[in-house]
Amino acid sequence: MDYPGDKVVEIFTALGITHVVWLPDSALGPWEAALERAGSLKLVRVCREGEAWAIAAGLHLGGCRPLVLIQNTGLFESGDALRNVLFDLGLPLLAVVGYRSYLVANSTDSARRFTEPVLSAWGLKYAVVRSAGELPAMQKHLADCIAARRPGIVLVGEGRV
Amino acid sequence: MSDKSRTSKAGPAARMPLIEALGVLLPLRGERIVVTTMGAAREWPKLSQHPLDLHYIPSAMGQATSLGLGLALARSEREVLVLNGDGAMLMNLGSLVTIVASGATNLSIVVLNNGIYEVTGGQRTAAGSLPAGAADFAALARAAGFRGESVKSFNELDAWRQEAAAALAAPGPRFIELVVEPVGAAYHLESPGPLAARLARFQQALGVGNR
Repeated sequence: MDYPGDKVVEIFTALGITHVVWLPDSALGPWEAALERAGSLKLVRVCREGEAWAIAAGLHLGGCRPLVLIQNTGLFESGDALRNVLFDLGLPLLAVVGYRSYLVANSTDSARRFTEPVLSAWGLKYAVVRSAGELPAMQKHLADCIAARRPGIVLVGEGRV
Repeated sequence: MSDKSRTSKAGPAARMPLIEALGVLLPLRGERIVVTTMGAAREWPKLSQHPLDLHYIPSAMGQATSLGLGLALARSEREVLVLNGDGAMLMNLGSLVTIVASGATNLSIVVLNNGIYEVTGGQRTAAGSLPAGAADFAALARAAGFRGESVKSFNELDAWRQEAAAALAAPGPRFIELVVEPVGAAYHLESPGPLAARLARFQQALGVGNR
C-alpha cells in the first residue's frame, strides 16, 4: 500500500508538527523526499528507535510538537523509552507507526500479531489506517489526542512481508 | 595513552573525585540547560539548584543524550549540557551519530567515566572490564563525527580546571570525558522530588507553557 508522502506532510503540517523524528521502513521510506521538502517541519534521523522517543520528549519539553515515525518492530525495540516518556514524564507525544504485514492475508508475522496487544497493554489509544483514502482518520485521531493532551498512536497498514 | 586529547601527567589510571570534577562546571554553566542522569543526578543537586537543571529521574537508561538533543533542537538559542554516565553512554552510542547528523551545535555531552554501573552497586561495565584506555570514549565520539577539537578527555583535576572553559567554548557539538573515581558506599540514587513539579519548574524557566 502506497501512502502519498505529500499528503502525509500536509496532514502533519495541519497538525502543527514541528519535527518528525524517524527511522523509516520500506513503506514509510518513500515519504522522505516530501518530509525533506517540507519547510514547516524538520526531519531528525535516529540510529535506533529508543532515541526517537527521548528526542521527542526533549523537543516537547522545549516547546515544540514532535512526531515519532517508526515501524512496529521499532515500537517493540523502544519500549523502555516509550514507557519513560509517556508514563513517567507524562508527555502527550504522537507517533505514526508502520504496521508490518497488517495487509498480508493470513500473515504469521509476529510483529503483526503482537502490535495491537502491546499497545493495548500500554493503555495507548490508537487508530489503524489501511489505505491512502483513510489518511483523514489519521489526522482526526492525532488532532483528537492533541486536543485531549494525551499520547496518540496511528498504525499505518503495510503489506509486503 | 591512546587518547591524544587527554592531558595526563599521572598516567592513564588516574581518576578525579567526582564532586570536584563536577564543581569545575558550576561557574561555567551560565544559563545552560543542564540535564543530569544516573550518578550525576545524585551529585549535581549537591552543587546546584538552578531552575534550568533537569534531573532525568526516573529515566530510560541511556536516553539522556537523546533527551538533551531534543532540548537543543527545540531551544537553539540556548546551550544544553548533558551530564551522562559511562554505562548510560554505552547503552546509546548511536546517539552520538544522531547528534552530529542533527546539526545541533548548542549541545555538550559530558561522560562521567568511572568504569562501573555505580547506582546499582558498582558492577563493572563491559568497557570497565577492559584495561584502562582500551575502550576509548573520546575516540568513539570522534568516530561518530564529533570534530577533533571538540572532543576532550581529562583524568586529572588540574588539567580539567585549566581547560574546562575552552572545552565548553569549542565548536559544538562537544564531547568531554571526565575519568572519575567511584563514590563508594554513597552510591544510592534517590528521587529529587515529584517529577511533575520539577518539569513544570523547568518549563517555566524556559518560558514554555504546558502543551
